[in-house]
Amino acid sequence: MISTLISTCTADGDGYCQFTSGITSTYDHYMFVCTNINPVTDNTHFQFQVNVDGESGFNETTTSNFFSDYHLESNADAGLGYHADYDQAQGAEYQSLSREIGNGGDESTSGILHLFTPSNTTFVTHFYSRFMAHVQDDAAKGSFVSGYWNVTGAIDEVSFSMSAGAMDGVVQLYGIS
Amino acid sequence: MAMTLITTNTITSGTANAAFTSSIDSTYKLYIFKLIDVHPATDGYPLRFYGSSDGNSSFVNQCSVTWYAYTPESGTPSLSYHANGDQHAGSPTDLAYTIGNDADQSLAGELWLFDPSNTTYVTHWYSRTTANGNSDESFDLFSGGYFQTASAINAVKFDMGSGNIDAAVIKMYGVG
Repeated sequence: MISTLISTCTADGDGYCQFTSGITSTYDHYMFVCTNINPVTDNTHFQFQVNVDGESGFNETTTSNFFSDYHLESNADAGLGYHADYDQAQGAEYQSLSREIGNGGDESTSGILHLFTPSNTTFVTHFYSRFMAHVQDDAAKGSFVSGYWNVTGAIDEVSFSMSAGAMDGVVQLYGIS
Repeated sequence: MAMTLITTNTITSGTANAAFTSSIDSTYKLYIFKLIDVHPATDGYPLRFYGSSDGNSSFVNQCSVTWYAYTPESGTPSLSYHANGDQHAGSPTDLAYTIGNDADQSLAGELWLFDPSNTTYVTHWYSRTTANGNSDESFDLFSGGYFQTASAINAVKFDMGSGNIDAAVIKMYGVG
C-alpha cells in the first residue's frame, strides 16, 4: 500500500472538519485517519456525511450498518452488539462513526474511514470504518460501520462533526494506490 | 509516500518475545504493525500485546475488548466475545486465541496504534488477526482498546500466552 497525504484538518473547538477538495478520480481508495477526536459536549458521537459534485449540502442518501464492542473499566460489563440506533436505511443524516465519546481531559476517539471510488458515476460509493473510543462512562468502545450512498453522482466533499457541539482533533486525508 | 517501514523484527528460532523499543515517537501519528506467519512453540496459546511508557521496563494497564469469528474445518461456526483475553485494567490483551503449533499453523494480521506520543489523551489501538487454531479451525479475531495513561507510549511488546515464538516477521510502519 502506498499512501499519499493529501490534506490535514486540525479542529480546535470547531464545529466541522470539511474536505472540499482533493477527492477526485486520482485515487480509487481514500483513507481518513482521525486522531484524538475530543468533543466539547460529553456523550456525543463523531459523525460524517458527503456531498455529490454539483449539489449542495451534506445530505446524501445513506444505507449503513453499525455494530460495536465494549468493555467497562469497572469490568461490570463487556460484549459485542448491533446498534440499530446508529445505522441508516435510506437516511440523509450524518452517519455516526464512533459513539458516546467522553469530553474528559484524556477522553477521545481515533480510527480510520475508507472510501472507495468516490468519483465513480456508475455504481454507488461504498465506505467502511473502525474506531476505538474512551467513552463517557469510562469504557473502551469500538465502532464498526459500513455502508453506501445510494447515489451515482461523484462524491467530492466530506464533512466530519460531532452530533452536538464542537470538537478538537486531527483528520488526515490520504489517497491509496 | 507516507507509509514508511521503520523496523522489521524477524524471528527464526525460539524467542520469548518481540519488542519494539525505539522509534515509537512523535514522528508519526499512526503506527501499523504487520504480523506475518507468527508460529508458536507451544500449542494452543494466544499472541498477546503490551504497551510501555518506560521503554519496555513495565507495562501500562489497558481497557480492551476481544472477540472472534470461528469456523472449524469440521463443525459449526460461531461468533463469540473472548472475555478471557480482554482487560478492564490490566495487561496484556490477546490478539488471537488458541493458535496451533503444527508445522503449517500460524497467525497473520495487523495492529494500528494511534498517536502514541500524545500526552493529553489516552492512546487508542486496535487489531485484526486470522489464525489456525490448534483444533484445526480458522479464527478471525478483533481486539482493541486504550492504554490507561496520558503518558507517551514509547515501546510495545508481543509474546505468546505460554512458551516462545518460534518464527515470525513483525514489521512496524509509520504513517503520516
